[in-house]
Amino acid sequence: MVFFRKKRNMPDGLWVRCDGCSSMLFKKTVEDGMFVCPECNYHFRIFSRDRVKILVDENSFEEMWPNMVPCDPLNFKDRVTYPERVTEEQQKSGLKEAVIVGKAKINGSEVMIGITDPSFIMGSMGSVVGEKIARVTEKAMELRLPLILVSGSGGGARMQEGVFSLMQMAKTSAAIARFQGAGGLYISILTDPSLGGVMASFASLADITIAEPKALIGFAGPRVIQETIRRALPKGFQTAEFLLEHGFVDMIVNRQDMKKELSRLIAYLQ
Amino acid sequence: MSEKTVAELENLILEIEHQIEDLQSAPTNGRLDKSTEIQHLKERRDSLQMKLCSKLTPYDIVKIARHPLRPLSADYVNMMLTDFIELHGDKRFGDDKAMICGLGRIGKERVLFIGQQKGKSTKERIACNFGMPNPEGYRKALQKMKLAEKFHLPIVTLIDTPGANPDIGAEERGQAQAIAENIYEMCRLKTPIINIVIGEGGSGGALGIGIGDKFAILEYAYYSVISPEGCAAILWKNAENAPISAKSLKLTAKDLLNFGVVDEIISEPLGAAHKNPKTMADILKAQISKYLAEFKNISIDDLLANRYARYRKIGKYLET
Ligand SMILES: [Zn+2]
Repeated sequence: MVFFRKKRNMPDGLWVRCDGCSSMLFKKTVEDGMFVCPECNYHFRIFSRDRVKILVDENSFEEMWPNMVPCDPLNFKDRVTYPERVTEEQQKSGLKEAVIVGKAKINGSEVMIGITDPSFIMGSMGSVVGEKIARVTEKAMELRLPLILVSGSGGGARMQEGVFSLMQMAKTSAAIARFQGAGGLYISILTDPSLGGVMASFASLADITIAEPKALIGFAGPRVIQETIRRALPKGFQTAEFLLEHGFVDMIVNRQDMKKELSRLIAYLQ
Repeated sequence: MSEKTVAELENLILEIEHQIEDLQSAPTNGRLDKSTEIQHLKERRDSLQMKLCSKLTPYDIVKIARHPLRPLSADYVNMMLTDFIELHGDKRFGDDKAMICGLGRIGKERVLFIGQQKGKSTKERIACNFGMPNPEGYRKALQKMKLAEKFHLPIVTLIDTPGANPDIGAEERGQAQAIAENIYEMCRLKTPIINIVIGEGGSGGALGIGIGDKFAILEYAYYSVISPEGCAAILWKNAENAPISAKSLKLTAKDLLNFGVVDEIISEPLGAAHKNPKTMADILKAQISKYLAEFKNISIDDLLANRYARYRKIGKYLET
């Protein structure tokens, strides 16, 4: 579990200020440009449903296991109880949990896909996220389809589910190991933010790892690191570009080119 | 009689222990048989100790797991293994002292040993980075585990870390990648693996050497998705609420057994491991020997299938 600066998805209204360059942008223009700032290429955080629209063929996404919701194995309560928090987050985000998974087509070729969504409890991995990632991976193995997992998780683990949350790192990694052992192609797409337990498990285990420009990616959150070392972090630390430089991602791809690049990779590797 | 707090009981026990020491070192004079008196004091100490243990809160247990005198991985190497050959380095970047690796024997059985090491003296603790491994620590462990796989040695890992190192260098060298790869490889490593939490089981940093076929935890160790202090800082906005978050996180050995996450709790000597490290090491050694014997009757294929099933089934959710 890590801290991160809370960034909004696109707010309501006609205009939106870019978090990257502070320009005032006409919202419709940004939406039509896949939620990327036309001035500075800043990639806005987007909902998993919007991600589906820009990543796979129109109407090709068939969601699987949509009715899985968290329970409260720890009887957890901080300022509110965990079930209260879940309800709150469901209403706020319109999601049942932090991941959607299913089958889809990318320029005509079938894939299994999973997308974690930072707008639901920071995209953290509890039992539901772990189970759905494991199931979609097993399905990809059964159907011999490529697996694409898009990570957006600022929390890593779901604290309110305690050790069950931690063990999802093991569960998802075990499923990925089986799938890859059977020759499956797995492509991981890292979006802003990808941190903690998600990064220290399935998101880091792909055959090909792609990051969106400027995405915050790492193990520990920047605030935790700063509190540990007690000095300012270097500029550009833990960005997609930083990871590329240090050899941990294969490529950085603009959102507008993502679908096309996935197609090219699948054509080579599947 | 008013109920004594844990701190009061601890002080009382220390006081009695001093009295026992004083008596033991005092010259014998004819007035009284001092052994009777010592025996009496010891009985009183033990009963207070038992009372204390029954009162421990989850955060007290966290503090015991972090006790400065608690036996560490290096102590178990000395007390539990024979013919130990330490193996250093990840053959990629460096030698992480927070991760002790080597070949050793437990009784007659050859094993690969991996233990997270915190260090005792200040100098040692700094060298070990307080038991917070860097990516090279995880890669060192993996490199040795592959050796064990090749030569068919079972692996024993002792987990004792507040967490993986959260600093700039660790991020530059791929901390997340290193832990993920260890989890991934340990899921399919073709040799039996035993994981035992001996002190702190700190989140992903613990899991990075924590995948296997047997999972046990010492009675006063803990295992958690986040430190109680970290959790309190986020959810209660104040690290001082750690005693509350420790309770909420359900991180004690008993909780983990209830959840079916660990196979067994390994009992500690009265008053916890630091009161009697030798006895603790004997108990741990016997437990590991028992597990090693169990592995003899199982094929590698079954072992790996069971290992997959162990992690595949963990999780609680509702599906409508
Ligand atoms: Zn901009």
